[in-house]
Amino acid sequence: MNNKFVIAVYVENKFGVLTRVTSMFTRRGFNIDALTVGETEHPEYSRITISMSGDGYAREQMINQLRKIHSVKKVEYLDENSLTRELLLIKIKNELKNRQEVLSAIQIFGSKIVDYSVNAICVEITGEPSKINAFIDVLKPYGIIEMCRTGIVALERGEGSILGK
Amino acid sequence: MKLSGAQIIIETLIEQGVTDVFGYPGGQVLNIYDELYINRDRIHHTLTAHEQAAAHAADGYFRATGKTGVCIATSGPGATNLVTGIATAMLDSVAMVAITGNVSCDLIGRDSFQEIDITGVTLPITKHNYFVSRVEDLADTIREAFQIARSGRPGPVLVDVPKDVQAAKCEFENKEVLPLFEIPNAEEEQIEKAAELIDSCRKPYIYVGGGVIGTGIYDDVIKLAEKIDGVIGCSLMGISAIPTDCDRFLGMQGMHGHYASSVAQNNADLIFAVGVRFSDRATGNKKKYARGAKIIQIDVDFAEINKNIGVDVGIIADVADAFKRIADKVRAKKRPEWMQMINQYKNDELAHERKAQDRYKDMGKGGVPTPKQIIDIINENKASETVVATDVGQHQMWAAQFCRFEKARTFSSSGGLGTMGYGMGAAIGGATATKKRTVLITGDGSFGMNLNELATVVSYNLPVTIVIFNNGVLGMVRQWQTLFYQRHYSNTTLERKTDFVKLADAFGLKGIRTTTAEEFEAAFKEANATDGPVLIDCAIDCDEFVLPMLPPGGSMDDIITEKGE
Repeated sequence: MNNKFVIAVYVENKFGVLTRVTSMFTRRGFNIDALTVGETEHPEYSRITISMSGDGYAREQMINQLRKIHSVKKVEYLDENSLTRELLLIKIKNELKNRQEVLSAIQIFGSKIVDYSVNAICVEITGEPSKINAFIDVLKPYGIIEMCRTGIVALERGEGSILGK
Repeated sequence: MKLSGAQIIIETLIEQGVTDVFGYPGGQVLNIYDELYINRDRIHHTLTAHEQAAAHAADGYFRATGKTGVCIATSGPGATNLVTGIATAMLDSVAMVAITGNVSCDLIGRDSFQEIDITGVTLPITKHNYFVSRVEDLADTIREAFQIARSGRPGPVLVDVPKDVQAAKCEFENKEVLPLFEIPNAEEEQIEKAAELIDSCRKPYIYVGGGVIGTGIYDDVIKLAEKIDGVIGCSLMGISAIPTDCDRFLGMQGMHGHYASSVAQNNADLIFAVGVRFSDRATGNKKKYARGAKIIQIDVDFAEINKNIGVDVGIIADVADAFKRIADKVRAKKRPEWMQMINQYKNDELAHERKAQDRYKDMGKGGVPTPKQIIDIINENKASETVVATDVGQHQMWAAQFCRFEKARTFSSSGGLGTMGYGMGAAIGGATATKKRTVLITGDGSFGMNLNELATVVSYNLPVTIVIFNNGVLGMVRQWQTLFYQRHYSNTTLERKTDFVKLADAFGLKGIRTTTAEEFEAAFKEANATDGPVLIDCAIDCDEFVLPMLPPGGSMDDIITEKGE
């Protein structure tokens, strides 16, 4: 069974560490859907969030191989109850015949116009990947000029922290 | 005390207990070599003919002693020449620290002369690697490199040091050697589960791998086999962990394993895998591998549990500790039916061997010795502590099958990577470490890949007996071509005119050509009585097969025990 899942990884915030992680994906033949990396509450660590799909075997292998990398400090599988968010910037054609429909879609999805010109509207939206997907589907007929997704960031619910485990 | 980076490298190596290093000088390691010159009484440097052999020698040094092997190379081509040696060490879990020079920091990234991003190149073939940009970080980096190389499952670590960092100075103080990373103890529940599985099985097979070499539990393994009336088999990497003459020991299993060992593992209802990773060469078709068996696996590397073969009980722990605890828990029990089956397998194996020998006589080539005859002569004339190094190919499998071992760490062979050209370096490392006669079993193909190292064994007068199984072909590939490629001997017939005896003479060592078993025996004994290296060019037949053989992707149902017409 192929399922989507999310893995959070704390790595040393040092030069070349991201390469160590991504090089392992290539070497072991892992196909990932998205990857984000950024600073954390601890300046010495960065947090990598990986979303990928696969079966239980792929998940276990991914976690084990990540843990083997010396620069990796902590690896945690985040289950479906976790908070996941993604940001999308999307540029849509601004045509008179569609304008009202586009604007109401933007409003319904709770997204925000960040740039507006005669021929294009640029919108920012955050949410769970499923919401982002739905938003893109709705806008598709009106003509997407360009879009960019960040890939997801995720945290567990509750008071715990991954490093504290 | 302020020391230069190069001095710090030497001082930290000595601090880590290093007495021997292997390497080759060059522009970006001149500072290190200057310190090696000054400190030549404290640390012994072996100059190889090519950096690849320096890496293999560091590898062979580790396999013979358990001490972390160290190699040094300059930037650019020096560093890339180490790559095959580092990859070999990675695949076979060899503790190694490779130190490379690099161009000065201000020249990095400008495609400077002999500049290469060696940390990038070796990323997937090292356990970890470092680029040291500040002299202040150098000592701790080298300490950590040794800690990582030796901890848990051993592996190679590379430290790349730019020339200006070697020249820069900073404060240095000696420190205690860092402790190895802690390995979690196996949970009692797991130990009990494993013991229960063993207690309830009828046909137990203990399967030892490279993870057992160096643990010192050899007697415990044999005792457990006796206690549960089971048998022991091993992977290529596990060879020499259990003495060959132990009557519970069936030898290597797998693609070219001993017939009895492979059949016993296939028919066992319990496989107790200890420090072994179920490589494809060992299991054949994974779907058909040991279908009726429950599997217990102990490994220090958590990523090996369930990686290649799904197991019933996977224990991540120090192999020795977990093994002993399980062995203590299991009940002593006789399993006569299993022993009866085992005896049958052993008899079948003997019958296959006899048939092979008879067939050979029928071929009317009585003059040239068989590989087994040659190795039997080696067995009779080598000491129990003699390190046997091999290259890769048919000769390697024959050595794995027929060489007899009494002590662990006496077999050095490139298992995972299968590196032709490994042998000369490994023998140099083995002989340097043990200071005793080391035997290299090689083939004319493999030997051709690193024969420049004859220069090294002569320079240091190393007691290495080089036995070339010379059949004029790339025998293993030829065997596959015979079996699976309609005898299209594409580029495996070496129509070379190399005279290995003359070659030996040119390099300055004794060379002997042999074409009969008697001649070989005399030559091997002569080598034993010699002080330094000797090369024996030993003729064998080009159509010898390594048998038995499980065809690639096949299972025990497909085992080939006889050479067809």
